[in-house]
Amino acid sequence: MNDTNSESARPRTIVEKIWDTHVAVPGADGAPDVLGIDLHLVHEVTSPQAFDGLRERGLRVRRPGQTLATVDHSIPTTDRSLPIADEIAAKQVSRLEQNCHEFGIPLHGIGSPHQGIVHVIGPELGLTQPGMTIVCGDSHTATHGAFGALAFGIGTTEVEHVLATQTLLQRRPKSFEVRVDGSLHPGVTAKDIILSLLSRIGIGGGNGHVFEYGGSAIRALGMEGRMTICNMSIEGGARAGLVAPDDTTFEYVNGRPHAPPDWEAALDRWRTLPSDEGATHDRSLSFDAGDLSPMVTYGTNPGMGFPITDRIPDPEAMTDTTQRDSLRAALAYMALSPGEQLLGRPIDVVFIGSCTNSRISDLREAARMLRGRHVANGVRVMVVPGSTEVKRQAEEEGLASVFREAGAEWRESGCSMCIAMNGDELSPGQYAVSTSNRNFEGRQGKGGRTFLASPLTAVASAVSGRLSDPRALL
Amino acid sequence: MSRAPFSLVTSAVVPIGRNDIDTDQIIPARFLKTINREGLGDQLFCDWRYLADGSPNPSFVLNQPEMAGRQILVAGDNFGCGSSREHAPWALMAWGIRAVISSSFADIFRNNALKNGLLPVAVSPEELGRIGSLLEADPSAELTVDLESQEIRLPGEGRIGFEVDSFARTMILAGTDELGYLQSLEPQIAAYEASHPPRVSTLHAG
Repeated sequence: MNDTNSESARPRTIVEKIWDTHVAVPGADGAPDVLGIDLHLVHEVTSPQAFDGLRERGLRVRRPGQTLATVDHSIPTTDRSLPIADEIAAKQVSRLEQNCHEFGIPLHGIGSPHQGIVHVIGPELGLTQPGMTIVCGDSHTATHGAFGALAFGIGTTEVEHVLATQTLLQRRPKSFEVRVDGSLHPGVTAKDIILSLLSRIGIGGGNGHVFEYGGSAIRALGMEGRMTICNMSIEGGARAGLVAPDDTTFEYVNGRPHAPPDWEAALDRWRTLPSDEGATHDRSLSFDAGDLSPMVTYGTNPGMGFPITDRIPDPEAMTDTTQRDSLRAALAYMALSPGEQLLGRPIDVVFIGSCTNSRISDLREAARMLRGRHVANGVRVMVVPGSTEVKRQAEEEGLASVFREAGAEWRESGCSMCIAMNGDELSPGQYAVSTSNRNFEGRQGKGGRTFLASPLTAVASAVSGRLSDPRALL
Repeated sequence: MSRAPFSLVTSAVVPIGRNDIDTDQIIPARFLKTINREGLGDQLFCDWRYLADGSPNPSFVLNQPEMAGRQILVAGDNFGCGSSREHAPWALMAWGIRAVISSSFADIFRNNALKNGLLPVAVSPEELGRIGSLLEADPSAELTVDLESQEIRLPGEGRIGFEVDSFARTMILAGTDELGYLQSLEPQIAAYEASHPPRVSTLHAG
C-alpha cells in the first residue's frame, strides 16, 4: 500500500491521493469508481432498513471488523439505569442490538464506557486516522475529515452497500480550498470560523465539492477545533471537508486504543498525504481570522449568520425574489424584524452539546467562562457531553460540578436537542442559543427557534439570559 | 433484487417555491424512530402541512384537493439540503412523487433519490423560472419528465433538456439496483482487499 503514485508526476490534492489509493474498481463505461471503505460507523436511526435489506438478500456483513455501531440519536440523556420511556425509540435501539448481534458487529450500546455520538467516539478511540475513507449514515460524518480522512455521510441504501461489500459507487468530487490565515482574537473560536464561512458561501455554496481547510489559523487549532469546522462542511453543501494531517493530528491519535501498532510506518504514510505544491483546486476562498467576531445565526439555515453585533438584514433590500422570499419566511418563523439587533435579545434555553461542540475542550472552555457565575433566572441550560468518556473526563476534571453549581443541567451523552428526537426539545416559540449545527425550522423542536453560536457565546448568553457577546466576560 | 423499470412520468405539478428546502422539513426527525418505511407519506412536510391541533393547514399546497395524485414536485434552489436521511425520498415517493424539478440539489439527497428511482431533475435558474411562469398561468398544466430522452416536455412544443448521472440513469431505466452491480464485481473487490489490509480493526483495540 503506497500513498504516493509514482506513475503520476501531476501534483495532487490530499483528496486525490486518498481517492487514488482507495479505488477498488475504476469506473468504466460511464460507471462510477468503486471506492473501498476503511471504516463504517453505524447508529440506530439510519441502519434498520439496511439490515433488513441484507436479510432479504441473504447477505452477511462483509467486514464486521471495519464496522462499529453505537446509539446516539434517539436515546434519552437522563438516567440510563431506567428503561427508555419512548416505546418507539426503545424498539429502534433494541433493533440495533439485535442486528449487531446477528451480524457480528461490535456495538457500544447504552452502558458501554465507549458509547457516544458516533462522530465523537471514532476519534476518541483512535479509529479515525489520516488517509482513511470513513462513512456513516449521517451527514456530519465530515467531522472525521479533521484528521485528513475522506469522510462523508451516506443514505440508508448506501449503508446497505457498505455493509454488504465494504465499498461504495462514487464519483470523484471537486475540490474547494478554504484558506484561513491570521490569528483569532480572544473570544472568537473555530465555530465562528465555520459560521463565517457559511455566511459567505451560503448553504448550497459547496455542493459537489470537498472543502480542504488550510492556512495558519486552521493549523493553529487543536484537533477538536478542526473537528468543529469539518463537522459543518455539510452545512455549506460539501459532503466532506478535511484538514491535512500534521504533528497536531499525530499527537492526538498517538496512544489511543486503536492507534496503529506500527506507529513509525503509519507516520511515514501519513506524511505523504498533504496536497502537493502546485495541486489545483476547482474553487478557492480565503479570509483572515483576525477580521472575525463571534458569529450567530439569525435565520433558518446555517448560512444565515452574521457577527453578533450586526443587525438583521432587510429582505426588501434584496433583488433576487426567491432569496427575498426565503429571508421573509425565515424572519417570520424566527419572529424577528429587519434592522433589529440580536444582541441583548432574551432567550429561553441554552444547549451546549452535539457532534459540533460537545468534546472535552468545548466543555473546558465553557466551564472556564462559567466558573464563579450563575445561569440567569428562567433560562434552562443543558450541557450534554458528546460521549460517555467525555462525561467521565469532565466529571474527573471538576467541570461537571462547575456546570451544576452554576445552575445548568449535566446530562448523559447523545445527540439530544441538536436533533430533538429523544424528548430533549424546545417548546413552540422558545428561543435557544445552541452550539449545534442546524437552525432549520423545527430542528430543535416543533416551533422552536435556534440561534447557532459557539460554546463561549452560549455561556455568555446563559449567564445574562440574553444573547450576549462572550468578549465582555473574558 | 430489482424494482420496476422507470422511464417517464406525465403529471400536473405540486409547486413549492422556496429555496433550500431541507430534509428536516421534508420529514421531521421525530419520525425517524421508525424501523421500516411505513407511514412516511402521511408525515411528508408534516410541520408545514398540519396546524398545531393536527388539522391540515389549508394554506399549504399539499392540502389543496387538486394536488392529490400529482407526481412531479417543482421547488426552489438547493432542494434536499441538510441531513442524510433517506426517509426524505422515501416520504416523497410514499406520497406519490416520482420526479422533483429544481435548479440544484444537495449531493446526498440526489444520491438517495436516484437509488430509489426518484428523479432529481436539475434545470437552470432561468428554465426553473420559465416553468414557474407557466404554472402561474396554468396551475394544472401537465409536464412530462422523460428520463430516456433526458428532457422535460412542457404543454405545446416546449422542451427543456436535463443532465443526469449516466450510470444512475441506466440503473433506473432498467430497474436494476446498484448492490447487484457491486456484487457482480466481487473478484475485483476481493483483489483490492487482498492488497489493502485493513487500517483498523474494531474487533480488537490496537
